[in-house]
Amino acid sequence: MTNMKRRTLLKGSLAAGAVGVAVGSGLLAPRTVLAAWPKEAFEANSVDSALNSLMGQSQLEGSDKIEIKAPDIAENGAVVPVSVETSIDDVESISIVAEKNNTPLTSAYVMSPRAEGFVATRIKMSETSSVIAVVKAGGSLYSTGKEVKVTIGGCGG
Amino acid sequence: MANTIKIRARVSGDTTTVKALISHPMETGLRKNSKTGEKIPAHFIQEVVCEHKGDAVLTAQWGPAISKNPYLSFRFKGAAKGDTLTLRWVDNKGESDSIETQIA
Repeated sequence: MTNMKRRTLLKGSLAAGAVGVAVGSGLLAPRTVLAAWPKEAFEANSVDSALNSLMGQSQLEGSDKIEIKAPDIAENGAVVPVSVETSIDDVESISIVAEKNNTPLTSAYVMSPRAEGFVATRIKMSETSSVIAVVKAGGSLYSTGKEVKVTIGGCGG
Repeated sequence: MANTIKIRARVSGDTTTVKALISHPMETGLRKNSKTGEKIPAHFIQEVVCEHKGDAVLTAQWGPAISKNPYLSFRFKGAAKGDTLTLRWVDNKGESDSIETQIA
């Protein structure tokens, strides 16, 4: 019983700490990095520079062939379910970007020719912003955005 | 770091749907320990690879903005029931894990 209480307390204090840091800090901690991992893209502070670093271009063409599923209002920015589905052919990669995170690029998915244009995950968002799905196909970038309102920020660095 | 991955793969027609849950703290490196004020070092998965018959059908590159205990789902074509699917991850500390599953 004592142990249970301790855990709840610990959880609570951790969560409070997370919000404070998300608001107050734009710093990045040093990281050891794999050769293939696109470090610069993940550490870029704007959508354009992240996409440029990741794919050598940042010009986005709006597309109605991409659908983003994400909640209109996310109560907890630490866990925002996002899924991206596209009917564009020959998708090379899908990237999920949270526009106002300190480092907007959350993840990139490199698809083999056998993969279908679908990916689902859960991302952290520091504040209310647009979630952008960027689909690379045939050398061009296509995108669709969806506004997600975040009530409690989730340490989105 | 054994058994950090839970995975389901199910084939319907020609399409296999894969759902995976990984136990991982996914620390951004931005949080502080509220008691000591020290920063909690970044610790997050950077790459997840899913292979079918030696072919990497999906390679996920993750930053710290993927939620704790990450969830990943995707679909691909060309697998049959009973085929083996391998999923592995590597994090920024070089820790890793992998799992094999049979497609149902």
